[in-house]
Amino acid sequence: MTTANNPLLELAGVGKRFGGLAALSAVSLHIGRGEIYGLIGPNGAGKTTLFNVVTGLYQLDEGNFTFDGVAYSRCKPHVLAEAGIARTFQNIRLFANMTALENIMVGCHVRTRSGIWGALTRNAAARAEERAIAQRARELLRYVGIDRPHETLAKHLSYGEQRRLEIARALATEPKLLALDEPAAGMNATETGSLKTLLQTIRASGITVLLIEHDVKLIMGLCDRVTVLDYGRKIAEGVPEQVRRDPAVIAAYLGGEAA
Amino acid sequence: MNLKHKPLLAALAIALLLLPFATDAMLGRGWVRIADFALLYIMLALGLNIVVGYAGLLDLGYVAFFAVGAYNYALLSSPQFGLHWPFWVVLPLGALLACCFGVLLGAPTLKLRGDYLAIVTLGFGEIIRIFLNNLNAPVNITNGPQGISMIDPIRAGEFSMGGEHQLFGLAFPATHLHYYLFLLFTLLVIFVSRRLEGSRIGRAWMAIREDEVAAEAMGLNTRNIKLLAFAMGATFGGLSGGLFAGFQGFVSPESFSLMESIMILCMVVLGGMGNIGGVILGGVLLVLLPEALRNGAGPMQQALFGKTLVDPESLRMLMFGLALIAVMLLRPAGLWPSTQRRRELSPDEMISHQEQDTVYDNSK
Ligand SMILES: Nc1ncnc2c1ncn2[C@@H]1O[C@H](COP(=O)(O)OP(=O)(O)O)[C@@H](O)[C@H]1O
Ligand SMILES: [Mg+2]
Repeated sequence: MTTANNPLLELAGVGKRFGGLAALSAVSLHIGRGEIYGLIGPNGAGKTTLFNVVTGLYQLDEGNFTFDGVAYSRCKPHVLAEAGIARTFQNIRLFANMTALENIMVGCHVRTRSGIWGALTRNAAARAEERAIAQRARELLRYVGIDRPHETLAKHLSYGEQRRLEIARALATEPKLLALDEPAAGMNATETGSLKTLLQTIRASGITVLLIEHDVKLIMGLCDRVTVLDYGRKIAEGVPEQVRRDPAVIAAYLGGEAA
Repeated sequence: MNLKHKPLLAALAIALLLLPFATDAMLGRGWVRIADFALLYIMLALGLNIVVGYAGLLDLGYVAFFAVGAYNYALLSSPQFGLHWPFWVVLPLGALLACCFGVLLGAPTLKLRGDYLAIVTLGFGEIIRIFLNNLNAPVNITNGPQGISMIDPIRAGEFSMGGEHQLFGLAFPATHLHYYLFLLFTLLVIFVSRRLEGSRIGRAWMAIREDEVAAEAMGLNTRNIKLLAFAMGATFGGLSGGLFAGFQGFVSPESFSLMESIMILCMVVLGGMGNIGGVILGGVLLVLLPEALRNGAGPMQQALFGKTLVDPESLRMLMFGLALIAVMLLRPAGLWPSTQRRRELSPDEMISHQEQDTVYDNSK
């Protein structure tokens, strides 16, 4: 599935430095619409940094990237969220002391409008909007398979549920691209299995998925294409089977020199 | 509003309406005035609660907005400039002006977090006070440390709240009239707080309090949302300040010291950050307790030891500090925390969040 002529996200020579450390150097890749795209590499390879760059949390130092045909190289996170990039975090970052439902409702913020006036008067428009997002939040809770009272605080959910709540919150922003940073980390086999099903459902609903993952089986079973990063550089790209046999990749994971 | 709360609310309403006469009859004349101040402080604490309790922005200079509201009233409605604008113009103007100051002082702090934010806001609070203290030369605007006196009382047409009035066959002294006016405004502030709390805006504030980076990534324009919190909080402060000036008839920079900011912050924290009921409780306690001590500590020492060992004034601060420490140790979420904060500090935590704040996801 190559859609190189009209990619959703395209990085061209992206570089990001932290002092003397090149966390990303000259990374180019393109992600087609409807793909599940894998991003793998050893710890410290720069995967999360790449996420932070395309979600606007870090500003890149070199190169540029376009999303849905528009260049966003120096933009605030909320602009990119509005453009349609949503993400989860490697270290879960939920709104811990808000309820599961509220977490998702915050995700709806970017697609809703009511302000101070609506809040104070609770006029028809504000009430309708509030009802709609509460409804949507309940649906999303069910969608990601969290079967808990809605008032449960986010931090009182189990680890696997928290990971899924993060996905639900990201989906509430109505993204075109869903970027997941190690969503299966710390999950057991059953949980990983249902996560896989969930990601397939999400893709089937028309959302492109960018996935960082260490679980090789998950990557192999899910991804259409994979990019491998090592020390901030792209060392391989292609379909999972082919990447897995790439000598440079094997070397990177074993810590040796490329054959 | 729950139906079973109706009788309770009705009882509370009647109690609040009768309070000035009840205290007059039972405790003595001075207490209505203290109740008036309690109401002003409650408004301030509710305003600060928006900034600190909801949005999680530690503001140590909040009293500046109280000062802006008060001086606005004092300058536009006193012999200082010979202006005597009506209160229904001056009061909203003061709230609006404070709102602008909220944005103005908030804007430079947007990138700061935690301790740094506290230090900078503390500085801003002091700057405002020092300005007020020194704006008497070369042109005299604020009358410097002497302050501005003979401020017009709050007046609606012929009805001035500065003096006693006969209504429904009862005598209403100025303190009583102000009590009812302040009560009205306090209810307004509570109403606005409640509406905001349960709204899209309120959720956005809390999301920023919980995790600013995640909030940003979820598409919240954190700059605007924080400014909105500063602006709303400051508006309440300005409102309270205007009422204070009209009530007191006199303002001077002394009333707007850092200690006041800390006092208001204590009300919020002691009572229960983020919970309107808790904040009100904090306000009431922190106004009443010192007064009770002031009135009680002297005579009690006389009775016990035959002389006054410790000056009631210093005892007041001592007790105050002890009470604060006790509350922080025994009820770290405040006396009446919001349900969420209560759950947050409950022991049945299922997962630890310490890993959450690790490394680089945090920084920018
Ligand atoms: N904010 C930061 N400041 C300094 N160094 C950072 C920062 N963010 C990431 N790094 C460094 O960049 C490199 C890549 O990190 P990261 O993208 O998190 O790797 P990965 O997600 O692939 O494990 C690491 O060496 C990390 O220490
Ligand atoms: Mg990572």
